[in-house]
This record gives sequence, structure tokens and C-alpha cells, in this order.
Amino acid sequence: MDYLAPITIEEAVGALASTSDSRVFAGATDLIPQIRSGRPEPGLLVDLKRIDRLTAVTEGDTSWTIGAAAPTSGLTENIAFSRQFPGLSEAAGLIGSDQIQNRSSLGGNLCNASPAADSVPAMIVNGARAIIATPDGTRTITVDQVATAPGHTSLEPGEFIVEFEVDKPPARTGDAYLRMTPRTEMDIAVVGAGARITLDADGNCTEARIALGAVAPTVRRVTDAEAALIGHPITDDTLSAVAAAASAACDPIDDKRGTIAYRKQVAGVLAKRVVKLAAERAAGTATENGAH
Amino acid sequence: MTMIDENPTGAPSYKWVGSRSIRPDGLDKVTGKARFGADLTLPGMLEGAVARSPHAHARIVSIDTSAAEAMPGVHAVITAADLPDLAEAGAKTDDVFMSEKILARGKVLWEGHPVAAVAATSREIARAAVAAIEVVYEPLPHVLTVDEALADGAPLLHAEMITRGVDPAPKTPSNAASRVVHERGDLDQGFADADVVLEREYTTKPVHQGYIEPHACVADAGQDSRANLFVSSQGHFSLRAMTATTLGWPPSALTVTAAEIGGGFGGKTTIYLEPLAVRLSSKAGRPVRLVMGRDEVFKATGPTSGSRMKIKMGVTNDGKMTAAQVWMAFEAGAFPGSPVGAASMTAIACYDIPNFLVEGFDVVCNKPKVAAYRAPGAPIIAYGVESIVDELARSINMDPIDLRLANAAVEGTQSSYGPVFPRIGFVETLEAIRDSDHYRSPVPEGMGRGVASGFWFNIGGNSTATVHVNEDGNVNVIEGSPDIGGSRASMALFAAEEFGISVDRISVKIADTQTIGFNDVTGGSRVTLATGKVVIDCCRAIKEDLCRRAAKTWDCEIGDVEWVEGQAQHASGTETPLSLAELAETAPRTGGPISVTKSDNVRGAGAAFTTQLVDLEVDEETGVCRVARYTTAQDAGKAIHPSYVEGQMQGGVAQGIGWAFNEEYIHNADGTLDNASFLDYRIPVASDLPMIETIVVEVPNPGHPYGVRGVGEAGIVPPMAAIGNAIEHGTGVRLNDLPMSPVRLLDAINQRNDG
Repeated sequence: MDYLAPITIEEAVGALASTSDSRVFAGATDLIPQIRSGRPEPGLLVDLKRIDRLTAVTEGDTSWTIGAAAPTSGLTENIAFSRQFPGLSEAAGLIGSDQIQNRSSLGGNLCNASPAADSVPAMIVNGARAIIATPDGTRTITVDQVATAPGHTSLEPGEFIVEFEVDKPPARTGDAYLRMTPRTEMDIAVVGAGARITLDADGNCTEARIALGAVAPTVRRVTDAEAALIGHPITDDTLSAVAAAASAACDPIDDKRGTIAYRKQVAGVLAKRVVKLAAERAAGTATENGAH
Repeated sequence: MTMIDENPTGAPSYKWVGSRSIRPDGLDKVTGKARFGADLTLPGMLEGAVARSPHAHARIVSIDTSAAEAMPGVHAVITAADLPDLAEAGAKTDDVFMSEKILARGKVLWEGHPVAAVAATSREIARAAVAAIEVVYEPLPHVLTVDEALADGAPLLHAEMITRGVDPAPKTPSNAASRVVHERGDLDQGFADADVVLEREYTTKPVHQGYIEPHACVADAGQDSRANLFVSSQGHFSLRAMTATTLGWPPSALTVTAAEIGGGFGGKTTIYLEPLAVRLSSKAGRPVRLVMGRDEVFKATGPTSGSRMKIKMGVTNDGKMTAAQVWMAFEAGAFPGSPVGAASMTAIACYDIPNFLVEGFDVVCNKPKVAAYRAPGAPIIAYGVESIVDELARSINMDPIDLRLANAAVEGTQSSYGPVFPRIGFVETLEAIRDSDHYRSPVPEGMGRGVASGFWFNIGGNSTATVHVNEDGNVNVIEGSPDIGGSRASMALFAAEEFGISVDRISVKIADTQTIGFNDVTGGSRVTLATGKVVIDCCRAIKEDLCRRAAKTWDCEIGDVEWVEGQAQHASGTETPLSLAELAETAPRTGGPISVTKSDNVRGAGAAFTTQLVDLEVDEETGVCRVARYTTAQDAGKAIHPSYVEGQMQGGVAQGIGWAFNEEYIHNADGTLDNASFLDYRIPVASDLPMIETIVVEVPNPGHPYGVRGVGEAGIVPPMAAIGNAIEHGTGVRLNDLPMSPVRLLDAINQRNDG
């Protein structure tokens, strides 16, 4: 197993093209446990953390640019970012332990393509875009287009994500992410739910994005739940409709972490709670970070 | 922390015993200097790896090691053919089973069962060589639970196993290895006397001790059938004996050195890697290190038993327990030896019940052989018994502590397992909880509250210690009990108290098996009691010797000399007292080195009781519980080092909370383990636990000079039942199966809502 740590995107693209048995990594917080558990070792590992652009976090006039390999602790500790995207910041902060946080990244969390990745629903509800390096330059897709199945992405061999762009939220907008885990931390989501809600001056919902993790092969947008909110205030009735739509949208599996019935039911509960929290943030009335 | 002194006026006051001295092993551990099992590196040392069965049950058709042996860097490959066939040699059945656990012979009995081992110049090569070993298996049907194992026509793990303890003996073999029974009185009359009789069934899953340090050892065998073994364990003498038996060697041929231990909780009282390392080393002619990965720890070392239990108990309306019938079957794993015996003895030991029948079965199945885990067996049966006791209290509208007080075993009660209790402190733990700030505080809105109690015997046993006064007057204590819970600190405090000198002047070392006399394993919460006793005996003999030396110096009768606060004093006050340092300096002229060794099979163990109280909050929409407050009261007899005692009490509760909510072995239908990692085998993390409040009750054990009882184990006995009781109190839902996971709890809440 060879290791390269290029300092430019071009070098990294070249290194990846040098062999078909190559693999990029950022924090390696998924890669190393996978190799240790017996998955085949790649012939060439390409470390992306030495490329400045991949670890930069930059606030622009209308959007943020987040390096795909930037450590998530750099997001959770970024006060301006966390104020504008509390849900995305919290989701990024749920990945692993404090030590892991200094290595883990949004790019790695997304490209590992686990249905349970915490940051992905939060990126999707915020409309994040992925800038992808290719042998022919870069291309841009939305984050929901990256993972295609557990462990699989739409990226071609030799491609990697350079950075994410996420537009600053409009006025009266709040985001949130909640997950259910048996433990309070150091765990993997049995169900995850992200939401971004925009309200008008009267408290009616004008824009809603809801995405669920760990209940389908990839993170799932719940458009029926979103439609149930548009034009309405956030009430027990609309939240019940959100819960029902979220449960119905699930296509989970039975496994050691949870049953199909449990995941469907709790997806509805978390969808309802996450919408409520995001709406409170949108209205400026949020008092806490939501239930566990 | 609260300390409750049973006898505040009559109890002796101590200067060092009962103080919170700096732990002697602390600095080395926090600076990384301490050497654990994998931390020894020897010149020329090879790294080993173990080939393990991928099947839960299969016949080994053939093993071909030739490709592995031919690999560059591979120095030795062993299979069962490299160990003596103990069955053929006519050894005891238990020894045959132990040998077959170390390396499979003929059949593999669980996924992870070792079939071969390799030593090579690197771990990578060793692993590649393991992968190159070709084993042909003929898979056999497997049984994973007691229900499957006891079913008619179940596949047998051991073709000739006849259930012991059944009269007349069964004519046909089965997977039931043995039956134990405790009975007294007239069961039918007892139930007839009751106003309320409840009958319940409970199940539990295997749970692992979850020690952080994986099993690890280094063996260095000479060409003379002797070897040095460096290993992290709870008892290097008992590991020496087991390793020697497996190798067909006399125990004295092995010198075993105790590494620092990164957690054991009972799980490091037996052997796994040690004979493999010694045999690989003797075959390769070089030292060999073997270290398990976490997946190997889960798959191939002993958890404690999964179980099924049926419990029937009767109580009168005024709160008198009249009868108990307890049936339990425990998974032993691949070989007999579950803790069902201890579970049967502890099942109703808290209570004075006139009529009972307790029956337990030890059942083999295709899982790793179980190993001891903190109060082995007691937490499992206590989950059932303490749950039904709670339901009985509810059914007669009696406070659960009052019901327990009304039936509590006290001094003079004949225990359910036979002996009459001497002075014990069960009532005091109940009163401590009843009178605690926690119990007197109202249950917070939206929460449930639960109480449960627990018992553990504690044991004494064989210990040896040497105490030597150095020429500078500082004291060495040399013992042979691996320190898994603070025993070095306790030994130092005993010596400081006895000599009347600062604990800083005491150095405690754990010697290897050639350097100190025999010691039993560190288990049964025995070391502070038993090794403490021989250390105290040494100190007292030395004090007598020091007084004799002072009398010689002063040319007076020994009766005129007494030892007071670190020095010999003449009764008349006419002589200048002689300090320990002064007497040490003149030792060559007063009889030579000042050193005493004492050995004893120590009796007088004092039973431990604990009562625990929990408040918890249930998220009724997700089934997730949050433990909001937890208080544990435990009778320590005497807390020698209170911080360690509190730590043991809290540690037991922490493990119990994990057991209650999330920990379990999850097996696939093919018999393989589906959660062999700390990600999906969920022990609690710090944020899952509240600060666990401790009330150290001190009812002195009359069998020990300082009143010590053991404190290491009882704490894990009640938590699962206390939590189950709190869940029912908070939600009206009763769970009778462990773990009480969010999935199970939400399912039960749904049924409640629908019903």
C-alpha cells in the first residue's frame, strides 16, 4: 500500500490517474477502520489534507465555501458559520468523538456513502453543492446527487470533491438536525432528520426542506412533508402531517441497529421535532437544541 | 459521597486506613510508563496471529498448514496436534474442555474457535499466514440459545455429555451439562399461605465485560521446556496452572509475570492466548507476542451467560414473602461452566423466605465459552427476582423498600444457600437508601423511580505476602495478587496504619510466580480481605520483631516495649524511642534483615449487600431512556481507600446501566456474531451516565482485622432490575427481557397505547 500527500489538486488528480487501484481520503476515520476490519487494501492512498483549498472554510458575500477535507471541528467552532447554519454545524459535530472531529470532514462523511451519515441530510436541506475535481477540470452537482447506494457514489474513478458551496439562508430561515442513537454520542444514527424552514412575517411556512437519514439506501427528501407545510403555520396538525409523510417515505431495513417498524415510527417523530426546531429558529424563538 | 458509620462511638479511628491516598500506580499509568500485556518487546521477538473458525459448529475434515509454513518470515505454525491430547491422556473432563477451548480438536464449536496459530516476523506476515492455512470444514447444525439447545432432537455439542446433578442420571446425552438445586420448606404450603402469587418469565442475552485492554501476552520459551510468560491477567498463578495443564508441563516450569491490567471484571481469570504463545515460542525458538483485536475479544473470549428464567413468588397482604420458585437455564457457551451455580445461590439470598425451590441448568451452545463477569450469575437472576419483588410490592400497595426490610436477611438468618449469616449489612443499605436525599425527594415530573437490591458472597482464599523493612526504614510490601481495583493502594494503607508511618514510605510490588508464594486469582472481591490479611499478619509479626530488637538494644524485657506511631517505646519512658529507620539501620546487629513472609488460606469473608435507586426519563415517542439520578448504597464493611470503594460501586452501576439498555451479543441466523465491535456492542459513554451518587455503608465484617468486606462485585447486581422497575413506574410498561433497548421499549409503549 503506497501513500501520497499531494499539495495541489492537479497533483492529486494525476496521482489518482496513475493507477486504477487508488483511493482518496480526508480524515481516514472511516477508511482505517474499514481496512482494519478486513476490507481490501487499496494499492495507492492519496491524502487530500495537504491541499490548502480542501481544508479552507471561507465566508463569501452570499455563500460559504467549505473544503471537502476541512475538519468538522473547524465548522462547529466557527461561530459565524454555526450561527447561520446551526443545524449543519450540529450535524457535523455529531460525527464521532472530539478526537475524530479533528480529522473527520464533510467530504469524507458524504463520500463514504453511508445512509446514516449525519452531515448529509443537513447539507441537503441547505441546498449544498459539491465542486468535483476531474481530470478535465471541475464540475458541480448538488449534494443529493453524490451518494447513489450504500458505499457507492456518482463520482467517476479519479474524481474527488474539492469543496462545498452553500448559500447563506434567506431571512426568517432556520435549519436543524436531530438523530436517534441508543447512546448519547459515539454512535451511528438509527434515524436522522434534517430540516430547513423559512417563514413569512405571519409565521406561515414559505419554504421547507426535509431530509431523512438511515431509513433508505440514500438520504431521502420528504417532499410530501414539505408540501404539507407550505402556506401553513407550524401547528400540531401540520406537524402530524409531516410525521405521517416522513414515516411513509421511509424504506428502511431490519438490522442490528433497529427494525423497520421502529425506524418508520421514529422517522416521523424526528421529522416533526426537527421541523418544529427549525421553525423556532426561523422565528427566532428557539430556546434549546431539541431533544435527543 | 456519604459515609454511614454503623458504630460511630465504638469504631476504632485510623490515620491511614480510610484515607484517600494518591494511588501508587497512578503516575505510571497517566504518563504511559505502565507496561500492559502488549507492551513488552524482546530481542528477536515474533508476532503471532490465530486462525479461527468461521462456523458456529463444524467438523474439521483437514487442516493444511504447508502454504503458511512456506511463507517467508513464518517461523512456527501450530495446531491441536502440537498440544497434548488430554482426552487421550485421561485428564479430567474440565481440563480436556479447557484444552479444546485453546485449540479445536476434531470439531469447532463456535465462530471464533481457534484452529491454528502462527508466529512470524511481523503481524502482517502472521495474518497473511493465517489466511493461507487451509481448513476444510463440514458444517454441522448449531444451537445458540438455551431454548434451542434443550429442544428435543437438538444437535449435540458434546456427544457423550450426561447431565450431572439429576437422579437418576439420564440415559441419553444432551446439551444440559448439569443441574443445581436449593430447596427448603413446603413450597405448596408457602404459595397457599400467600395472598398474592405472581409468575413471570425473563430472558437475558450474553454481555461482555468490555475491558479496554484486549488480551495480550509475550512468551519466551527455552529449549529446556521452561518458559517465561508476561501477561495481563487477574491471576498469574492460576494462569500458570491452566497454561501448564494445556501444555502438559508442570506449573513450576513457567515463570509468569503480571503485566498491568487494563480491565478484567472477571474476564481475565482464564486462558486464551497463553499456551499458544508458549508453544509457538518453543517451536520457533524465539519470543512470541500475541495480541487480540477487539473483534477477537468479542468473538473468542467469554462474555457472561444469556439466560431464560421462570420465577414464581408469593407474598401476604401485610408483606411477608411466603414462597419462591425459581427456575433458570444459563448458556455456558461451547463448554460447561456457566455461573448458574452462583446464580442459584444468590437468587433469593437477600431474603428470609421459609419455602423455596431454586433450580438451575448449565447448558452448552455454539457461542464462546462464558467467563466470569463481576458477581458472576448474580445480576442475571437478580434482574428477574428484583423485578418480581417490585411487582409484588406494587400489588400489595407496599413501599418496595419496606417490603424488602420486612423480609431482609439479617445476622442469624440461614441463607438460602445454606450457611447462617454472621453480621451483615443488608438492612443498613435499605435504610441508607430510604433515608437518602434522593429517596426523600419527590419523583421529578415525567420520571419513573426504581429500587433494587443485590447480594454477593465475597471470598477469602490463598494469599502470600512478604514485608521487608529496607535499611532506610522504608517498607516494601511484596504480594502476588494482580491489582485490578486498587489493591496496591489498600495494601500500602494497611502497612502504613500498622507501622504508624506515612503511606509514602510504603512501596507495593506484585511479584512473579517464582518470587512470591502462591496466590489465588484476583476474583470474588477477595484481595483486600485475604491478601490484606496476610499483609497485616506480616506487619504485626515485624512489629513484634522490632519490639524484640528494641528490647535487645535497651536490654529490657520485650513486655516493656510497645510499638506506638512508628517507633518502639519503652513503657517507663526512660529510653529514647527508636524509630523504624533507626531500628532498620541497626538491624545487622539485632538479628539481621527485617523481613517476614506470611501465607494463609484466609477465611472470614463477609458478604456484601447493596441497594440502589434510580430516577429516569423515558422519551415515549422514541423509547430512549435517560438516567437522571442514581444512588447506590453498599456495605463495604470498612472502606480502606474510600475513593476506590466509590469507584467500584460506580463502576458496577455503569456496567449495569449498559447491560440494562443496550449491551447484547447479536447473532446472525448462521451462528456468526453480528456486532463484534464497540460501535454496535454499546457500552455506555460518559454522557450516558449521571454522576452516580454513593453511600458507603460500613458494617464491619467480624472476620477481618479492619472489618473489610469485598466491594468489587455487588454493585453490578441490582441496576438492570432497578431500571426495569423505574421504567414501569414511569410508563406502566414492564419489560422482562434484556436489554431494555429503545426498540423493545417503544414496541411495549405502542402496545400499551393500543391496548
